[in-house]
Amino acid sequence: MSISKVKFGVVVFPGSNCDHDAYHAAKHVLHQDAEFLWHKDTDLKNSDVIILPGGFSYGDYLRTGAIARFSPIMNEVINFANNGGVVIGICNGFQVLCESGLLPGVLMRNASLLFACKHVSVRVEHNDSRFTSKHQTGDIISIPIAHGDGNYFAEPDIIRSLEENQQILFRYSDEYGKISDESNPNGSVNNIAGIMNTNKNVMGMMPHPERACESELGSSDGKKIFESIINSFVLQTV
Amino acid sequence: MYLSTITISLRPSILDVQGKAVELGIHTLGLNAVSNVRIGKSIHMNVEASTEDEAKRITEEACRKLLANTVMEDFSFTVKKI
Repeated sequence: MSISKVKFGVVVFPGSNCDHDAYHAAKHVLHQDAEFLWHKDTDLKNSDVIILPGGFSYGDYLRTGAIARFSPIMNEVINFANNGGVVIGICNGFQVLCESGLLPGVLMRNASLLFACKHVSVRVEHNDSRFTSKHQTGDIISIPIAHGDGNYFAEPDIIRSLEENQQILFRYSDEYGKISDESNPNGSVNNIAGIMNTNKNVMGMMPHPERACESELGSSDGKKIFESIINSFVLQTV
Repeated sequence: MYLSTITISLRPSILDVQGKAVELGIHTLGLNAVSNVRIGKSIHMNVEASTEDEAKRITEEACRKLLANTVMEDFSFTVKKI
């Protein structure tokens, strides 16, 4: 596919609150096209990449992401993903992806029971993906987390296959890249912060790269994730 | 019409951090006889169905598709004619 700009479609659920951050990062920082997609819409408006943003969709009632998964737009997002379309879920978006079955596992209540809101170090596990290609394997990036339910859990056989297939893209670490319980802010299995599906077109992560795209915000380390995605589309020089 | 009463709980293999915190609170009351506190959800709903089996089938579908996430939760329910 040869396109001049990548179009990001940012889904807005009732209770989304990072939709504008994602839109701003895509449109004003990365200089791509961006459009909001209301949850009741059934048209992805020719988006190349779908972002399920952070927030508290449907007030987190029942379970985080559980009700958003049944929004009309999600049927289209699921079809899009199953046909190879690129979908990323950030924080609440990751929870929605897990609830919808596009990614395995579930995000449970943080082991500390505390809402975690801070910058954390995240280690990029490998750069052989469309989400991390602009990184070096082992890069330590500083990006914020802001969640109460980020404790990633899946059955041991699922975790084993995620590890074997190199589907784990990001892990919580210390600033030197060491993985330990001390550097795990929420109790996630194996310090998992972000994963992709087996087809490598759907990615979910609890940390917020869209809030770390400009040095004015304390870190621009999240920008490379978006640049990697953009780079995965063959861009036409205008 | 039937009343479905559903109980959703974390699977036994999953550490219930809320349950642990509540257990601590109960112990500070001096009620040290209490242990293994598990927090769950109770959902009551009316189901329009012509038979008990149909009410059970509808309830089961709601549980599997939405009310419980079977990656981490178990569910059980009873239905009663009302």
